[in-house]
Amino acid sequence: MAHPATHRPTARELFAGFLSIGIAGFGGVLPWARRMLVETRRWLTPREFTDVLGLCQFLPGPNIVNVAVAVGARFGGAGGALAALAGLMVAPFAVVVALGALYTAYGHVPAVESAFRGVAAAAAGLIVAMALKMMRAGVTRLDAGIVAGLAFGGIALARFPLVLVLAVLAPLSVLAVWRSVR
Amino acid sequence: MSESPLVELAVDFGLLSLIAVGGVMTVLPEMHRMAIDQHGWMSATTFAELFALAQAAPGPNVLFVSLIGWQVAGLAGALVATIAMIAPSSVLTFAVASVWERFRDARWRKAIQRGLAPVTTGLMLGAAYLLTRAADHTLAAYAVTGFTAVVLVTTRVNPIWLIVSGAVLGLTGVV
Repeated sequence: MAHPATHRPTARELFAGFLSIGIAGFGGVLPWARRMLVETRRWLTPREFTDVLGLCQFLPGPNIVNVAVAVGARFGGAGGALAALAGLMVAPFAVVVALGALYTAYGHVPAVESAFRGVAAAAAGLIVAMALKMMRAGVTRLDAGIVAGLAFGGIALARFPLVLVLAVLAPLSVLAVWRSVR
Repeated sequence: MSESPLVELAVDFGLLSLIAVGGVMTVLPEMHRMAIDQHGWMSATTFAELFALAQAAPGPNVLFVSLIGWQVAGLAGALVATIAMIAPSSVLTFAVASVWERFRDARWRKAIQRGLAPVTTGLMLGAAYLLTRAADHTLAAYAVTGFTAVVLVTTRVNPIWLIVSGAVLGLTGVV
């Protein structure tokens, strides 16, 4: 490595570091992960972080969970991965279960129901925005547009199972870009 | 159908973990299909409300899965669904992390990543469509969804303020 990280965290530090990420962000925590790993605690250089992120976005599963596993494993093997994972999940899991319990208990109170109508509409807008940003960033060619359209139609209109949509479209789309990749 | 809900949660989210290309949000349509059409765990409205609840809480987006588990089978359901959603992909990440250097720059690796991008974009559009249909039952609600989306695409406002605004509009009976 050209720029080795300045500090090698222990399992306890991995737990504490990812605990701080877990409770930090609203609507996605990846930016907070970068801040903690690269800027605050300096466990990774910017280049190392980009590399880890590349791996974690390439593999399936929740990206930030993969980041915790990859960073934990890098410094502490299986024990480090478990420590980072536990740190990331434990606090927000407790919060969300508490919210779930409140929802079960008070979700049918008229005032809560009214508030939820507005919150659900706004939360749907969050995902619309995310989809539009992905369109703008990644779908710039006609063939990509066709694949995106087929994926949308297959999953949302025809309601095909995801496995089927992926089995048909993923190989087609990879073949379509093959020539343009070096 | 005769299986226990915990087994269903474990099996379904365990498989979903390994096909969740591009993260959790892109498999939202599949969760919608599983929870509403396939198992009848909840109504579309409840699905949209639980999603909103997860967005209003701090932490990783994957915790929406915990709320689905909670709705189906309480605390045990939340634990089982969450672990099922993160364990298989975590084991895969752990295994691949040590050999990543070897194929990071391989052509097939880049082709897969670039080829999957439009697929995940289409899935995300599907998630947006299904959630909007599930959450919005009035013109005013559609307006809130549209306004939120436009603000987030064009500015750098923290999403939590739009969630709070949604709650206020709901409480005052606008939506």
